[in-house]
Amino acid sequence: MPRSTFVYVAYIRTTPEKLWSALTDDTEFMKEYWFGTYCESEWTAGSSWKHLSPDGQILDAGEIVEADPPRRLVFRWQNQNKPELNAEGMSVCTMELERSGPAVKLSITHTIERDTSKFIAAVSGGWPKVISNLKSLLETGSAALEEPYPVASAQARRT
Amino acid sequence: MTERRRDTDLLFKALADPSRRKLLDVLHAHDGRTLNELCEHLDMTRQGVTQHIDLLEGANLVATVRRGREKLHFLNPVPLQEIYERWIAKFEKPRLKALANLQRRLEKTNA
Repeated sequence: MPRSTFVYVAYIRTTPEKLWSALTDDTEFMKEYWFGTYCESEWTAGSSWKHLSPDGQILDAGEIVEADPPRRLVFRWQNQNKPELNAEGMSVCTMELERSGPAVKLSITHTIERDTSKFIAAVSGGWPKVISNLKSLLETGSAALEEPYPVASAQARRT
Repeated sequence: MTERRRDTDLLFKALADPSRRKLLDVLHAHDGRTLNELCEHLDMTRQGVTQHIDLLEGANLVATVRRGREKLHFLNPVPLQEIYERWIAKFEKPRLKALANLQRRLEKTNA
């Protein structure tokens, strides 16, 4: 079956419990590393999942397929605010947390059942920034990037 | 901090070899390849390719996923993002882009 998959791996010096909370129910913390956006869900299998913009607009929606805290989270994810991405349908995002020495290995796999996917191309630009911010925030207490495109917005402010 | 420095050392060591950069380019063009598929792109023994991949995995530049009996290799861009944030994001991107454009144009006229 044709599919597009991206895999992201980061080793974060924290505990699986803290990382799980940062990825799920700690909304305020999430806003700090996910550029002001946040998720809403009960984080149990079958519950709905939403990714919202800072002003509460639905960016993505889906449902939790599997939740095994603090080890494994699988959820279905469909874009809701761009017609061409929404048309590609559901993707599946799997997050796996695994202790690795003094760190936790976080693996994020994002898959859609299509050969080439605009949706996967779009999220692939975002994930490394989000993960890198999350790592920096958990390890040092401050995010690496406060905005996804710092230079572009600095320029916009100047003009 | 020593841990972090070790990560950075592994990363730059992994990037300091043309065959390994080639492997990353091959994965960048098309992710999720098996070892056999990767071997087709390099003129070296399977064992040689395996060693390069081990180094790339050690630096977290390549992630592997098991699918049935196959092991698929993916380019993991997270460490490259960290390099970007550490050394590039703080500089003005438009200027860097202008410089890159200038270089490309000058090299084109030379050719």
